[in-house]
Amino acid sequence: MALNDALQIVSATDPGRVRAHNEDCVESRPELGVVVLADGMGGYNAGEVASGMATSLIAAGLSATWTSAALKNLDRSAATGLAHTRVEAQVSAANRAIFEAAQRDPHCAGMGTTLVVCLFYDNFVTVAHIGDSRLYRMRGDALEQITRDHSLLQEQIDAGLISKEDARQSHNKNLVTRALGIDPDVDAEIHTYDVLEGDIYLLCSDGLNDMIEDDELQMTLIALRSNLELTAQQLVQAANDAGGRDNISVMLIKVVQSFPVHLSLWARVKSWFR
Amino acid sequence: MAKLILSVDGTVLKEISLMKERTTIGRKPHNDIQVDNLAVSGEHAAIITILNDSFIEDLNSTNGTLVNGKPIKKHFLQNNDVIDIGKHKLKYLGEAPVQVSTQDFEKTMIIRKPPTMPAAVASAPASSGPSMSDTQTNMRPLASPAHASAHATSPAPAPQSSTMSHAPNAATPHVREAAIQVLSGAAAGRTLDLVKNLTTIGKPGVQVAVVTRRPSGFFITHVEGATFPILNGVLMGAQAQALTDHATIEIAGVKMEFFYKP
Repeated sequence: MALNDALQIVSATDPGRVRAHNEDCVESRPELGVVVLADGMGGYNAGEVASGMATSLIAAGLSATWTSAALKNLDRSAATGLAHTRVEAQVSAANRAIFEAAQRDPHCAGMGTTLVVCLFYDNFVTVAHIGDSRLYRMRGDALEQITRDHSLLQEQIDAGLISKEDARQSHNKNLVTRALGIDPDVDAEIHTYDVLEGDIYLLCSDGLNDMIEDDELQMTLIALRSNLELTAQQLVQAANDAGGRDNISVMLIKVVQSFPVHLSLWARVKSWFR
Repeated sequence: MAKLILSVDGTVLKEISLMKERTTIGRKPHNDIQVDNLAVSGEHAAIITILNDSFIEDLNSTNGTLVNGKPIKKHFLQNNDVIDIGKHKLKYLGEAPVQVSTQDFEKTMIIRKPPTMPAAVASAPASSGPSMSDTQTNMRPLASPAHASAHATSPAPAPQSSTMSHAPNAATPHVREAAIQVLSGAAAGRTLDLVKNLTTIGKPGVQVAVVTRRPSGFFITHVEGATFPILNGVLMGAQAQALTDHATIEIAGVKMEFFYKP
């Protein structure tokens, strides 16, 4: 099953209503099952340099080093292990490149970016993230936040210091504890999940989830899921209607069909008649 | 910086800036805020301040701690909260003005070394070790008056004032209540109140549209189906269209009317 046919991918990015620049960046390689979202920060306009480097380097790096054909003779744990290694290598390479660019160019000093990378293959998704950009998964009618922010606020929630409800009132929302490109090395959080037909994956920058409650995200995904393009537009619009205080980026990936590397006999027979 | 105003019977006694990560309140002299009154326990309460947020925790005092008249064990302080300790009152004034400040949505910054979590208030053991230790250290202690900028890796946040002039009002203007009345078909006569930000109408799998409630009014957009809805007798396109009072909608063979409630 070609990933192009199995996955429907749409993305939208918008500067919002307050900021002059869009420092978010999104990139996808549908044929490869790769989506990348980054929310840049630091320096004057350097945030968009960092996020642009992150998305393009990682997408290009995976294009060069990843092929699901390599999974043909691997079992489950070997396959997910390989994906993990490949994603980690590209995240590290991008981190190094951004860090070095920041050292070279005074205009870029201190730049960094958050990151969410998803690599879809063989009915799995390997997810790497750094900072407070998020991945949600809609399965059936249930919306679940898959990534946990690397932020001061999340640390406070984990420590039992502040409740999730109170967290929305916090003044410490904008502080991340990890970012890509600020140190010579980076510790990306990488996990692999099973993918089911019908799942919808939502990647977003904090410009979306700071403006819109999870309830409304869920309601929008349920109401509009038959039209993915409209769902993305609607989410951006809702964040803008709520104030649009930060750049807003949304990527939606709908699993239209399952995409196993090893086709079952029946699937192979079916594919002959297509 | 946030501060507390200590008063008794309406007379202001003193003003205390929350400079420290942990500010203690009690009758005994070693407290940061000493309240010499028998109704106050020796160690009565503590205020934990982490960057721009402050929390108060009652330290199992005999007579308890109230915030805005309610007894609390632990509370996330909001601007203008009033803390009662015996007959004394402490008013909390946050740094931010009453309305949502632009500071709330200050550009994302990286903390090089997070402040240590005060273990006393953490009800769960602070499991924050690994994810926090990988950052570098050049952050000043919280007590430093310069803390607001010390933890930013960016040289300076980009100038905000110029871009803030057209900042939208955080409080969304109230949209008038509206509803849709079904004019034909089996459900004719039925009224659907548009109480949510999104309301879908039509038949799933056949033809569906969504009515969105926005600060500027109500809009209709085609969601699914081979044909588009008919709005005021005209076939719609893929674009959202504003709904005017008494607009007629035809979708999945059913006629409806949109109207604002009186």
